[in-house]
Amino acid sequence: MQAEGIELHRLSHVFTTRRQSVAALDGVDLSVAAGRFVSVVGPSGCGKSTILRILAGLLVPTAGEALVRGETASGRPGLVAYMPQKDLLLPWRRALANASLGAEIAGVPTRDARRRALELFGAFGLSGFEHSWPVQLSGGMRQRLALLRTFLIPSPVMLLDEPFGALDAITRRQMQQWLQQVLARESRTVLLVTHDVEEALVLSDEVYVMSPRPGRMAARVAVPFERPRQPGLVTAPAFVALKADLLAALDAGASSGSPCEPAV
Amino acid sequence: MLAAFFRTPRKAASAAREYLPAALLLILLIAGWEAWVRAFDTKPYILPAPSRVWSAFLDVRSQIPGHARTTLVEALLGLTIGAGIGVTLAALLSAMPLLRRVLYPLLVISQTIPMVVLAPLLIAWFGFGMTPKIVVVALIAFFPIAVSTADALTGADREMVGLVRSMGAGRLQVLRYVLFPAALPAFFAGLKIAAAYAVAGAVIGEWVGASSGLGLFITRSQRAFRVDQIFVAVAFVAFASVALFAAVHVLSRLALPWMYAHEEESES
Ligand SMILES: Nc1ncnc2c1ncn2[C@@H]1O[C@H](COP(=O)(O)OP(=O)(O)O)[C@@H](O)[C@H]1O
Ligand SMILES: [Mg+2]
Repeated sequence: MQAEGIELHRLSHVFTTRRQSVAALDGVDLSVAAGRFVSVVGPSGCGKSTILRILAGLLVPTAGEALVRGETASGRPGLVAYMPQKDLLLPWRRALANASLGAEIAGVPTRDARRRALELFGAFGLSGFEHSWPVQLSGGMRQRLALLRTFLIPSPVMLLDEPFGALDAITRRQMQQWLQQVLARESRTVLLVTHDVEEALVLSDEVYVMSPRPGRMAARVAVPFERPRQPGLVTAPAFVALKADLLAALDAGASSGSPCEPAV
Repeated sequence: MLAAFFRTPRKAASAAREYLPAALLLILLIAGWEAWVRAFDTKPYILPAPSRVWSAFLDVRSQIPGHARTTLVEALLGLTIGAGIGVTLAALLSAMPLLRRVLYPLLVISQTIPMVVLAPLLIAWFGFGMTPKIVVVALIAFFPIAVSTADALTGADREMVGLVRSMGAGRLQVLRYVLFPAALPAFFAGLKIAAAYAVAGAVIGEWVGASSGLGLFITRSQRAFRVDQIFVAVAFVAFASVALFAAVHVLSRLALPWMYAHEEESES
């Protein structure tokens, strides 16, 4: 067991509402070693966000274990740096104050937290917008600000829920390159969730493929290319072959699972 | 106060343009009223002409400030206390669903009791001083503040709460970083409604029995059949209400800069 990373053991979750119960996860196993970048791909509704919410301590799973750096994460928030699917910038805080939010909540003195955030505004492509309100930022800038906020949470473990999902294809590719640069400066243990196979391959050391609901791990693929990866990699034959393998695994998972919303 | 708020000449000019139609309409109405009274020779104890109201104002000029001060103090104190009670209730109602179910209907019922019925009772309980008037204003003021703030607190974005909780925030931090700022616009919306009614509430309180205040002035004028003096007092009540409303509006703009971000000029 990697004491410094993330571990999921037979993780299951059933959402029970008044009218019905939905099995979202069914016996998920996963592990992320310290300093590694691991992605989970799967169709919409297969339980990806649910995994991250359990690891963030916001949801108690119905069965199984979720460990962050050796500690049980379920019902225990504050262990990880979590970036939810929506950017959730607080509209009443200026960009700088949004960026330093996590550090301030963790007890870092406001002045220090803001100074550290200010230092990184340039690296996150946000210089000049320190004192803007969130409504004054473009979609790409909002995502970068949310990512910067996640980065400044004092935890070595990051959970990213479709961080570039709301962006157009061009901006998305830029952001992937740029996330790699940021991680090259300062290494983190990352679990990223996405429905974009190419994104998962470009960014990760390892990719897990999930089946449709109830989510199970259908396959696990190691990505052998050296990080950080060049933009040209996506057209290299080895990359294309790996992408084909992953897509095949997704399709195989889709035909084995129960009918579900189509992948976006 | 407004002049200080509209800092730049451009803002002042656009404000003038915004309020010009309302001012014109008011002038037109007063002119029409004057013309009506003169044309039909209406008796002054039925409807005094604006010019007669003005001369009545000049007669009673020295009495007005003392009465107006009493009424304004009652309105402001009542509004402040009402706001305090409103916010406290909102916090309790949103934190405790059971309390919400038990208390909410009672709060609504409290608003159905006519103040003219309640005011004499309050005088019997609290005497002829300012206290019963302040209580009347607070009773009127707390309700819109409690209701809108409670709704905003319970309707606050659950996902934002989840985000700060994932950062390790405790209950007080969730309140400070998310719930409180999220409910602030609704609090001010409630406070605006309360401010519009506060002065009239104080006057109703005074009407029943007082030693000073615009309400007392109105009662005395009524006994003397000085309808023109009643209009003077009504004009002051209206003016004070508008001023109080405007003050709350300015306060809310200062407290909620992010709500007006789209109007913000480029950073200096
Ligand atoms: N709070 C909830 N209550 C009931 N069902 C939920 C809730 N959250 C998610 N679900 C259901 O659980 C399944 C997995 O959701 P989610 O983890 O958000 O999927 P993904 O992120 O992979 O798109 C979906 O079918 C969704 O409808
Ligand atoms: Mg999701």
